[in-house]
Amino acid sequence: MGARQLVTVDGNEAVAAVAHRLSEVIAIYPITPSSGMAELCDEWSAQGRTNLWGAVPDVVEMQSEGGAAGAVHGALQGGALATTFTASQGLLLMLPNMFKIAGELSPFVMHVAARTVATHALSIFGDQSDVMACRTTGFALLCSGSPQEAQDLALVAHATTLEARVPFLHFFDGFRTSHEERKIERLADDDLRALVREDLVAEHRRRALSPDRPVLRGTAANPDTFFQAREASNRFHDACPAVVQRAMDALGARTGRRYGLFDYVGHPQAERVLVLMGSGAEVAHETVEWLVARGEKVGLVKVRLFRPFDVEAFARALPMSVRRVAVLDRTKEPGAPAEPLHLDVMAALHEAQRRGLRAGLPPQVIGGRYGLSGKEFDPAMVKAVLDELVQPEPRPRFTVGITDDVTHLSLAVDPDFDIEDTRRTRAVFWGLGADGTVGANKNTIKIIGGQTDHDAQGYYVYDSKKSGAVTVSHLRFGPGPIRSSCLIRRANFVACHKFELLERHDVLGCAEPGATLLLNVPGAPEEAWDRLPREVQRQIFDKRLAVWAIDANGVAQAAGLGGRINSVMQTCFFAISGVLPREQALACIKRAIAETYARKGDEVVRRNQEAVDATLERLVRLETAGRVAEGAPRPPVVAADAPGFVQRVTAALLAGHGDGLPVSAFPPDGTWPTGTARWEKRNIASEIPEWDAAVCVQCNKCAEICPHAAIRAKAYPRAALAGAPSGFRSVDYRGAEFGPSAYTIQVAPEDCTGCGLCVAVCPAKDRANPRHKAIDMVPQAPRRDAERERFAFFLDLPEADREAVKLDVRGAQFLQPLFEFSGACAGCGETPYLKLLSQLFGDRLVVANATGCSSIFGGNLPTTPWGTDRNGRGPAWANSLFEDNAEFGLGLRLATDVRAALARRLLTRLAPRVGDDLAAALLSAGEAGERGVREQRERVAALRTALARLPDDPDARELAALADDLVRKTVWLVGGDGWAYDIGFGGLDHVLSTHRDVNVLVLDTEVYSNTGGQQSKATPLGAAAKFAAAGKGTGKKDLGLMAMSYGHVYVARVAIGARDTQTLRAFTEAESWHGPSLVIAYSPCIAHGYDLARSAEQQRLAVESAAWPLYRFDPRRRDTGQPPLVIDSGPPRVRLRDYLRNEARFRMVEARDPQRFRELMASAERQAARRMAVYQQLATVAIPAFPEATEEPADASAS
Amino acid sequence: MDLSLNYLGLRLAHPLMPGASPMADDLDSVRRLEDAGAAAIVLRSLFEEQIVRDQLGAARHAWGQGEQSEATSFLPDSDVFARGPDEYLEHLQRVRAAVAVPVIASLNGSTRGGWTRHARLMQQAGAAALELNLFEVPTDPDEDAAAVERRLLDVVREVRAAVDLPLAVKLARGFTAPANFVRQLEGAGANGAILFNRGYEPDLDLESLEVRRQPRPSTPADLPQRLRWLAIISPVTRLSLACSGGVHEARDAVKALMAGARAVQVVSVLLQRGPRHLTRLREELEICLDTLGYESMEQVVGCLNLLRCPDPRNYERANYVAQLHAWHVTEDWGK
Repeated sequence: MGARQLVTVDGNEAVAAVAHRLSEVIAIYPITPSSGMAELCDEWSAQGRTNLWGAVPDVVEMQSEGGAAGAVHGALQGGALATTFTASQGLLLMLPNMFKIAGELSPFVMHVAARTVATHALSIFGDQSDVMACRTTGFALLCSGSPQEAQDLALVAHATTLEARVPFLHFFDGFRTSHEERKIERLADDDLRALVREDLVAEHRRRALSPDRPVLRGTAANPDTFFQAREASNRFHDACPAVVQRAMDALGARTGRRYGLFDYVGHPQAERVLVLMGSGAEVAHETVEWLVARGEKVGLVKVRLFRPFDVEAFARALPMSVRRVAVLDRTKEPGAPAEPLHLDVMAALHEAQRRGLRAGLPPQVIGGRYGLSGKEFDPAMVKAVLDELVQPEPRPRFTVGITDDVTHLSLAVDPDFDIEDTRRTRAVFWGLGADGTVGANKNTIKIIGGQTDHDAQGYYVYDSKKSGAVTVSHLRFGPGPIRSSCLIRRANFVACHKFELLERHDVLGCAEPGATLLLNVPGAPEEAWDRLPREVQRQIFDKRLAVWAIDANGVAQAAGLGGRINSVMQTCFFAISGVLPREQALACIKRAIAETYARKGDEVVRRNQEAVDATLERLVRLETAGRVAEGAPRPPVVAADAPGFVQRVTAALLAGHGDGLPVSAFPPDGTWPTGTARWEKRNIASEIPEWDAAVCVQCNKCAEICPHAAIRAKAYPRAALAGAPSGFRSVDYRGAEFGPSAYTIQVAPEDCTGCGLCVAVCPAKDRANPRHKAIDMVPQAPRRDAERERFAFFLDLPEADREAVKLDVRGAQFLQPLFEFSGACAGCGETPYLKLLSQLFGDRLVVANATGCSSIFGGNLPTTPWGTDRNGRGPAWANSLFEDNAEFGLGLRLATDVRAALARRLLTRLAPRVGDDLAAALLSAGEAGERGVREQRERVAALRTALARLPDDPDARELAALADDLVRKTVWLVGGDGWAYDIGFGGLDHVLSTHRDVNVLVLDTEVYSNTGGQQSKATPLGAAAKFAAAGKGTGKKDLGLMAMSYGHVYVARVAIGARDTQTLRAFTEAESWHGPSLVIAYSPCIAHGYDLARSAEQQRLAVESAAWPLYRFDPRRRDTGQPPLVIDSGPPRVRLRDYLRNEARFRMVEARDPQRFRELMASAERQAARRMAVYQQLATVAIPAFPEATEEPADASAS
Repeated sequence: MDLSLNYLGLRLAHPLMPGASPMADDLDSVRRLEDAGAAAIVLRSLFEEQIVRDQLGAARHAWGQGEQSEATSFLPDSDVFARGPDEYLEHLQRVRAAVAVPVIASLNGSTRGGWTRHARLMQQAGAAALELNLFEVPTDPDEDAAAVERRLLDVVREVRAAVDLPLAVKLARGFTAPANFVRQLEGAGANGAILFNRGYEPDLDLESLEVRRQPRPSTPADLPQRLRWLAIISPVTRLSLACSGGVHEARDAVKALMAGARAVQVVSVLLQRGPRHLTRLREELEICLDTLGYESMEQVVGCLNLLRCPDPRNYERANYVAQLHAWHVTEDWGK
């Protein structure tokens, strides 16, 4: 059947291409790693691509996965063909509907990029714990192990469900399959038509709810009926496996690719057999074949249909010769006698034996866990499991892929075992997320996939940073099929696209002897050798690497491509790897460039093609003969004075050796120390700010706007300058609040991301040379060492006296930031708010953080940006889920209040013994401001002293443990608009309706930033976003106005880049209001599509155009008869379109459809005017005080 | 009197037309200009920077704003960006459909590159002629005047190669040897030259210490310089010349024609007084020429150029001396 098209796609695209053609309604909610499927479907529908029946599928983005499940459930009841895509917690939110959909025997397929369910930590990576949580829903669970299989079995699922009337959950490993690019044979429409029966489609439609033939579904049943009715569906589930097999056979007949419910691979008389499913089975497949070729009697059963589990088919698949079986589960079920697949296999074997499907001695079955959260699973691990089966007493339960030195479950793995076909090209590329390396590699495998008969595989590993993210691309080409669904361990080609990575990572660790090394070097390639770290030079010698070098950035700059070195490095790869003849390869690259950029314009094509030609002239072979390895050694991963945990654990993670850490290295409950980001020195900025004290006006705006706390201000006693390193800059402080003081603005040279925001907001110009400001960007490298020393000295300077600090914009920046050096994007608009929060209240702050960007840069290992002050106090932070953050934060508040109330009760009881005066002072403290907090802490210290004198009093011991809770804690619920406006809105609304003292900070980027820019209800009218490509046609939800309607909620809308004074006021007012507060903060984001260095100016335009009005609604103002609402931004002074036109999210609507843009713009202007009119009227309304406004639960419970 | 004449090979009913400006940005204004009697409509320039910026911007979005583990892009499919200049082409088509007079498209740039492809697209979209605005401020001290000219001529050749349309090159003031350059333009394939373009001009903000750019409307004071160069160039070239800048009244237009222009473009005065001023200009032009006793435009065009005017020295440097002698310090000077 050679007519089918060969395409190079990832697993998500392979599946989406089937699902889109076979669906009418697609209701989704974005969640990694499944979002790609939904986005493609949306894109295709937006382009007018039709399904098999000539209709464009309706793609609807919902407010949560629960909503998506409800929508598809309704669509199914309405007789439509529906699908959805999800993963992990998203899948769990669908569970209730899944029971319903299965219970109603609705034909339905959902595609799941299987992902770890968050437990002690969230993980976006792949395992099957989410799918395993669905075993009891009644869904069929069908598993694919590669992009080709994922496409094929997607069709099998869609075809089968119509006949079987059992809904299907089709799954494949998240990232490893969903994001792996492979050359696959694309199923044609005719293939789909051949398998999907029209009569069954019609039957499904006939079952639709319709008033023309009314029926009722979804009754509430009683004990008399439920059980029997539940059993009435048995025959559908019983029949399902055979229907699946028929569809598989039909597919096999058409395509030659034959699948079974269970597929056996290996020796016909195998004695040792593995059972597993998913991408790991592909690795096992390759390994088993390798071992069988070497005479080993081993085999593998790949499980495809996990539910309904067909015992007979399983028994048939397993050779009679098998003596021992190892079942591998990519999930963990703590407390279970065995993991799910393991249990099923044991039960199935038992039943097979009993039913006579197998004779003789039943095989011995052991089981283990592998690959949790995308942990590597490679041939050496497969071999380790098979080796365990030859042990006299194999371990009944084990793990493989880690070192478990606590419960000693892990198997030893031979690090040298490798089966990779040496005829394959195995290329590993190190690059940055921003330099186009991954894109170029995707292009490369498409070229090779398309130009040769070779199989091609591409897989891309990202670190968890949003700025300066490191990417490692693993590309394999060679005679197929390539089943190695694992990283390349021995590469014959290694490229390093960013020279500095050689200083921080073991880039050459995977290079095999004699491999080719390609380096992008700054400056003359001939001089590159001396700049290489000594360890790299040694590896080059030891492994006899052939080294090529090019100044790719120079070539790209000269061609007018800025920092985009992708075409240059891609050309180098083809020029020296020999994977294609050079001329053919170059022609292909140029053609690919023309195709990729044709719709972008000739100029882009021309520049890239010129870069290709220039590359060949500038690429040089680096002669290593006669060289010596005398480069500077790599700097230590973390400084020598880092704490023990950081040295032991964090440093290993940073060095890329996390896989090697044993179980004992880790806290068992997900508790991690804060403040470790300061030990990670990433050096990602090529330019950093430099301060000119003579020009500076000491406004501290640079420190305020810095997203990474990488430029800071201090005012300190002049005497502290003793011992300052040379070049440390300092001037007299122009302020009186601290007495005579010195003043310094200092950059953290290795933590700065080079975004340039500080320079953009700096108002101080040298009057003789206005291009020169008080801070300018200057090259980092020559200043790194000196500034590092200065920054260390700066950190040791005394912190400002918090009580003396004037709480204005300048003063707030003298408060120590306890949120620093996060992995947020360069120019991030969210982090300045978090930093301010940490400065104002950090030593008494509890943060509940909704999942999203802020939880990722706030809590993604290896390092943690939330820090501590010199007293060891600092924000305590936790992330529960995406959807429940308001409730979670309320829980934290309740518990904090409970602890405080308990402490107060104990103190009341102990008052005579600790001193009535002290007790009375502690109990009556109002704690207003810094002074109040300090005085209460001093009283707590006195209380501890008093309690220490009562060692025998159990109350005293208990109070000693709770004494700190007598100091008021501030609880902040932080999250993005996806949380607050959409998935968590119900909970947020409820929490606001209580009178509890919680503060909500909404970091409003107006889009789902973390998952890649999908629209939320915060997306403004007229903006393009994913799922609103034509420009959102509905207005931004007015969350603030909704909250105001309660009357007792403090509400503020702020934009720090536009009016920082107002932001500061809102934060302090919100915190001081002892009821719920909601602060909605404008947060510029890369998804807005402009250079974020200009974001302060853009925020100003947003405010002045009334796109983002500023206000504060303070219920306390009712007490004085004033209107609670104060509008802080004046009437519009800027045309809305002058704000909108600066951002690509709006501009692209104009580019796509100018007429629609004009209409949307006019509509947005009307809406802004209407909104402003409402606010203006509200701002005149004085509301009578509510009696409950003064209610304070903490006090109430104490009294 | 018959005011019709040939300009760039186009037969125009008279020489007056609105110059490249935002006036032609919407169809309503375009129709009003035609109703007011515009001999042709010149669209606002599509800028090289705009084309390149849009293309690179589109590419930047295609490249992604930095790939991350959970997202490799942050905006929907960005191919739509490439359509930025397409909007211009669509507008061109709409204008062409809306009016009967010739529609002249305008392209602004000074370096060779992919953007010149848009000349061809403008031709396909139905432009009657093309203005190529070679506006640039040469700031590179290493590039001498000859190199600047070579580069600009290369651009003209590239655009010429892309289109068969009549091509008029709009020049900046400040060429060392404008007459020579216009001759070279002829060699490069241009059909006309427009004297001169106007860019945004700098102004200094004393408080913020910023330099701002702003458009400066032309005034009648801008006319003499144009008259001089029209007069000097028109006798030595076969190119159709147009005067752009400084014409506010009909008599100004007559002067431009007499100096050698075959077309007169007006912008500032129309922006100030509205499209109907064009009607007045045309009527007064006719009256003026009648009064002066001319019978055809061919008699008028170039009648006072360097070759035909009674005393060419008044166009040349010598008149500077004469003017100085004629100038007297008055009593109140310096107060």
